Amino acid sequence: MQEDIVLTMRGICKYFPGVKALKNVDFTLRKGTIHALMGENGAGKSTLIKVLTGVYPMDEGEIRIDGIEGAVSIHSPQEAQSCGISTVYQEITLCPNLTVAENMFIGRSGKLGVDWKTMEKRSGELLESLGIPARPRQQLGSCSLAVQQMVAIARAVDTDCKVLILDEPTSSLDDKEVEMLFRLMRDLKDRGVGIIFVTHFLEQVYAVSDQITVLRNGELVGEYEVKELPQVQLVEKMIGKDLEDLSTIRKSDASAAGNEPFYEAQGLSSTESRPFDFHIAKGEVNGFTGLLGSGRSESVRAIFGADPVTGGTVRIDGKSAKVTKPLDAMKHGIGYLPEDRKRDGIIADLSVRDNIILALQVIRGMNHPISRAKAEAFADEYIKALDIKTASSETPIKSLSGGNQQKVILARWLLTHPQYLILDEPTRGIDVGTKTEIQKLVLKLAEEGMSITFISSEIEEMLRTCSRLIVMRDRNIVGELKGDELTQERVMHTIAGGGD
Amino acid sequence: MSDLQKTARRREPITDTQLLLTITICIFVGMYVMAMLVWGGGFLKPQMLFDILNDNAYLIIISCGLTIVMITGSIDISVGGVTALVAMVGVMILNGSLFNVPEGSRIAAALAAALLIGLAFGLVQGFLIAHLEIQPFIITLAGMFFARGMITIISVDPQKAPQNLMDILQTRIDIPWLGSVNKRGELIPARMEIGVVIALVIVALVFLLLHNLQLGRSFYAVGGNRQSALMLGVNVRRTRFMAHLLCGLLAGVAGFVFMMHTGAGNATNATAAEMNAIASSIIGGTLLTGGVGNVIGTFFGVLTLSTIKSIVTTSGLRDPWWQSITTGAMLCLFILLQSVVLMRKNKKNGKK
Amino acid sequence: MNKTKSSQFFAKNSQLLIPLIAILLLVIFNLFRDPGFFSVSIAANNNGDPVLQGNLISILNGASELVILSMGMTLVTAASGGQDISVGALAAIAGSVFVKVLKGGAITGGTVFLAFAMCCVVAMLFGAFNGSLVSFFRIQPMIATLILFTCGRSVAYWINGGATPTVESPIINAIGSFIPGIPIPTPILIVILMGILFALLFRFTTLGLYVQTVGINQGAARLNGINAVGIKLLSFVMLGACCAVAGMIGVSRLGLINHETLLINIEMDAILAVAIGGNNLGGGKFKMLGSVLGAYAIQALTITLYSMKVPSTDVKAYKAVVIIILVAMGSPVVKDAMGRLFKKTGGSAGAGKEAA
Repeated sequence: MQEDIVLTMRGICKYFPGVKALKNVDFTLRKGTIHALMGENGAGKSTLIKVLTGVYPMDEGEIRIDGIEGAVSIHSPQEAQSCGISTVYQEITLCPNLTVAENMFIGRSGKLGVDWKTMEKRSGELLESLGIPARPRQQLGSCSLAVQQMVAIARAVDTDCKVLILDEPTSSLDDKEVEMLFRLMRDLKDRGVGIIFVTHFLEQVYAVSDQITVLRNGELVGEYEVKELPQVQLVEKMIGKDLEDLSTIRKSDASAAGNEPFYEAQGLSSTESRPFDFHIAKGEVNGFTGLLGSGRSESVRAIFGADPVTGGTVRIDGKSAKVTKPLDAMKHGIGYLPEDRKRDGIIADLSVRDNIILALQVIRGMNHPISRAKAEAFADEYIKALDIKTASSETPIKSLSGGNQQKVILARWLLTHPQYLILDEPTRGIDVGTKTEIQKLVLKLAEEGMSITFISSEIEEMLRTCSRLIVMRDRNIVGELKGDELTQERVMHTIAGGGD
Repeated sequence: MSDLQKTARRREPITDTQLLLTITICIFVGMYVMAMLVWGGGFLKPQMLFDILNDNAYLIIISCGLTIVMITGSIDISVGGVTALVAMVGVMILNGSLFNVPEGSRIAAALAAALLIGLAFGLVQGFLIAHLEIQPFIITLAGMFFARGMITIISVDPQKAPQNLMDILQTRIDIPWLGSVNKRGELIPARMEIGVVIALVIVALVFLLLHNLQLGRSFYAVGGNRQSALMLGVNVRRTRFMAHLLCGLLAGVAGFVFMMHTGAGNATNATAAEMNAIASSIIGGTLLTGGVGNVIGTFFGVLTLSTIKSIVTTSGLRDPWWQSITTGAMLCLFILLQSVVLMRKNKKNGKK
Repeated sequence: MNKTKSSQFFAKNSQLLIPLIAILLLVIFNLFRDPGFFSVSIAANNNGDPVLQGNLISILNGASELVILSMGMTLVTAASGGQDISVGALAAIAGSVFVKVLKGGAITGGTVFLAFAMCCVVAMLFGAFNGSLVSFFRIQPMIATLILFTCGRSVAYWINGGATPTVESPIINAIGSFIPGIPIPTPILIVILMGILFALLFRFTTLGLYVQTVGINQGAARLNGINAVGIKLLSFVMLGACCAVAGMIGVSRLGLINHETLLINIEMDAILAVAIGGNNLGGGKFKMLGSVLGAYAIQALTITLYSMKVPSTDVKAYKAVVIIILVAMGSPVVKDAMGRLFKKTGGSAGAGKEAA
C-alpha cells in the first residue's frame, strides 16, 4: 500500500435479487484529498457507500484501510466508525428528540455513563469553532434542516476520522451554507482527512474536488484528476453517450406571455406564505426563484391549496374560483409536483401503476374507480412515453431510482391532462440525463398550450426554461424579470438584493 | 465560555419531555388540592396518599418498565400477566405447594422465582422483538396469553400465603410525624409498606438509568428515529433487547410486590394492569410513538389515575360503572390535552 | 417471462401463505389425531330442524364475530397504522343497545330491525369518536381507543342499568343459531354477507386504494386530493359497524347481554388475525382475505385445543406458543435466513421468496 493512500477498495461486487448493483468496482482515496464520486442515479454510488459503511454486506472484493493490517470486513456503521470511516448522509440521520450535544456524542463512547458536562462543553466548543448556529442543549428537532446537517458533519469531524463520506450533503443547503461547508471540507483536507464527496451539482465538484471517480451502471468508468477532466467530458462519462448539448434546449420566445391568462391571484396568502399577486398565461412557462427559505415553495403551495389558504382572490380561466384544498385545484386543472419527492410525492409501497393513476382517480371521485384494464393501459402508456425504467407496472415505486420515481409523479399529473402544472424542484437529486429530459418535456408541454410554473435551485435550468422569473427574498416578491433581463447576473443581483 | 453563551444556556426552550411532565405534575397537585377542599375528610390525612401508594406500588413498578419500553417506541402488554403469574408462583412457594422449599428460605425462593420468571419473559420477548424483528404488540400479546394460561395450568384454585410469612412480608413502616389523631385522641401513625420503598427505589434507579447512562440515552435515540440511531452507531438491537429485558424483570419485581401486598394467588390478579400502566405512562407524558417520556411523570401518572378512582368513590358515585367511566373520561382529557399542547408547540417551532 | 409472472404472482400473494400454512398444519394435525375430526353431519336440533354439525361447522360458526371484527380491523390498521383495542367493549355497548331497544316492547321482525339499526348507529358514533381522536387530534389509535377500552364495558353495563337482561324470541334465536329450514348456522351466513358487502365496496369504490394511500403516506395523499382525515374517520366508523354486527351475533347466540363476558379479549384476537394474515400492523398495504384466513386459523386452533380436552382457561397458554411459532416463521429475519438457505440448496425457489 502506498504511503499516502488511506482507503483502497478492490473488485467490489454487490448483488441484489435480480440485479448486479456493483460489478468489480475499484476505488482509491488518498490522504488530504477530496474525491468526488460521480454517476447517474442507479450507477451504484449509494451502494458503494453503503458497502463501505457496513450497511450492506459486500458479496466480493476487499477493503483496505491505512493503519489496519490486511483486509477489513465492515458489518455495521459502528464497525465503520471504529475503522475511522464517518458518514454524513443525504437524509439527516440524527435523532430529533435528543439535544444537539447528544446527537454529536451518542453511540461513540464505550463507557457506561453519560458525562453531560464534558459532552456539552466539548460540543459547544466544536460548534463555535465551526461556526454552526446551534446550542448544545437545544433539542435537535427545533433546528433548521441546514443546521441539522451541519451538526451531522460536526459529529463526523469530531470522530477523528480518516475517511469522511459526504453523501449529497449540499442538497438542502443554500449557497451561503454550501460555502461554509466547503470551507470546512478544505480545512479537514488540510488536516489530512480523505473526503469522499457525492453530489449531483457539477459546479460544486469543480469547486472543491481533487479527483473524480465515475461509476456507470454499477461499473467503474475511471478515475480522473479534476484538472484534466472538463465538465462536458465528465457528463459524457457519466451518461455514457454523447451528451445532447444542453444548449440545444431553447425555449420558444416569450410570445406566450401575451396569451390570455389562465390563472390569476390577488393577495393570495396561506398559513405559510405572505400575501402575493401572481398570474400565468396559457402556454407560458414562468418560475419562482430565490434562496432556500425565500418563500418560493410556499407560494406555489398556496396556489395549489397545499397549505391552508388564508386570503386572497383567485380567477381561473377568467372565472372567479375558490381553491382552499388540493382537490379544488385539481378540479380546476392544476397539477402540483411537490418539492420533497419522498415525503410528499410517492406512495412508497404502492405499485407504479397505482401511483400513476392516483391523481386522475381522485379527480374522478370515490365512486368511479378506474377499471383494472384501463389503469394498466394508462400506466403502460406513460411508462413508455416518459421512458420510465421499471420491471413492470406492478413494481412498488420505492424500488425505482430517484429519477424514475420523479417521472412517475410527473406521469401522474400528465395523466390528469392539467392546464396548469406546477413543478417544484422536479430535477433535484436526479441524474443529468433525466434532468435534460424533464426540461425538454416542460418546453414541449408549454408549446402544446399548458401553463407551467417551474422552480429549481439551479438558475441555469430556470433560465433555459422560463420566459418570466419571479424573484423572492425573505418571503416577499422582490422582482420580476423577463426577456433580456433573464441573465444569470441579473437574477443573482435581484436575489441578493442589489436592486434596492 | 462566553457570557453570551451562558445566557443562551439558561433560556433554552423546554423539551417535549419536560413540558408534558410539568403539565402532569400540575394537574395531579391541582386535582389533589381540589379533592382536599371539596371532600376534605380522607384527603386531608396523609394516610390517604400512603394508601394510594400501598395499593399501587406494583403498578408503579410495572409502569416504570413500560415507560422504558415505550420510550424505545415499543410496547409490552404482557406485564400484567407476568405480574399475576409471579404472584401466583410466589404464593404457592410460600405455602409450600410448589417446589416444597424449607420454610425458612421460602421468601428468598419466592423472590428468586419472581426475578427468574420476569427475566425469562423479558429475555424471550426481547429476543423475538429485537433480533427477529417481530411486531412487539403480537409477541407481548402472546406473552400475556401464555402467562395467564400458565396461572391456571399451575393452579386452578386460588391460593393463599400462610399468615406467619405474610406477617413478615407485610411489615409496615410507621411514620408518626405524618400520622393523624383519631376520635379517641390516639395517634395513628401513617403506614407505608415495604413495597412502596421498593417502588420508589426503582423509580429513582430508572430515572438515573434514563438520564445518566448511555443505555438510557440509547432508548431515547432508538425511539426518536431507529434508522438514525443505527447510523449514529447505537446498537439498536441490543438497546431494544435491553428495554424488553428490563421491562420483564421489573414486571417480575412488581409481581413480588403485588404478592407482598395481597398475599393471594388468583387467576384474575392484576387484571388490566398492562392497560393501567400504559395509561399511567401516557398521563405521565410518555408518547407511544417513542422518544419522549420520563419516569417521574409515570410515577405521577399512577398517582393521578388512582386519585381519580379515590375521588369517584369518595364523591358518592357508588354505581360500579362510574369508576371506569370517569377514568376513561380523565384519560380522554389528558390525551387530548397532550395532543393539543404538542401540536401547538410543533406549529410554533415550524414544520418538523 | 413465464417464470417472472409466476414468481410475481407468488410475491403478490405470499402474505396469504402464513395463515394458509397454519390452517393446513391444523388440518393435518387433526386428521392424524382423529380422522373423523372434520366429518360434517346433519342432525336435528331442538326444534326438529335438520342442521349441519361437526367440528368444521363449529369452527366456521364460532369464528364469525372474530372474522367480522378482523375485517374492520384490517381497514383501521391499514389507514391509521394502528389498532383499535376497544372493539370488544364497543361490541358490548352495541349488544346492550340492541337488548335495550328489544326490551322496550314486543319482539317482532320490525323491532329487531330497529334495534339493529339503533345499535349500528350508536356503534358507528363511538367509532367516529375513536376516529376523530385519531384523525383530527392525531393521537395514536391504540391510545385513543384505550379510552373506550377502559370504560366501554362500564358504559354497556350502565345502558342496561346494571342488569344483564335476557331476550327470548324465535327471531333472536334465528340470528344466533339457525333460521328454520336452513341447515347452515346464521352467523356463517352473516359473515358471507359481510364478505360480499366488502367485496362490492372494493369493487365499486376506490376505498381500497385510498385507505392504502393514506396509510402509506398521509401527506402525499392530501396533496393528491384525498381527504386523509375523512378516510381515517371512515375506517373507524366502518369498524364501528362491524362491532355492531358482531355484538348482535354475540347477544343473539346466548339470548342475553353480559357486558363483562361478551366477546371478551376479542380485540386481541382480531389484531392477531390481521397480523397472521400478513398485514403490516404499521399500516399501508393490506389484504382483507389474509385477515379472514387468520381469524379462521385462530378459531381452528382454539377448537382443536378444546377437542384435545384442554381446559378453557389453559387454552391461552398453548395458543400463545403456536402464535409465537407462527409469527416467528413469518418474521422478515427468519424469512431472509430461510431464503438464503433455499438459495444455497434450491436456487429459483429461494429467489422467489426473497423477492417477496
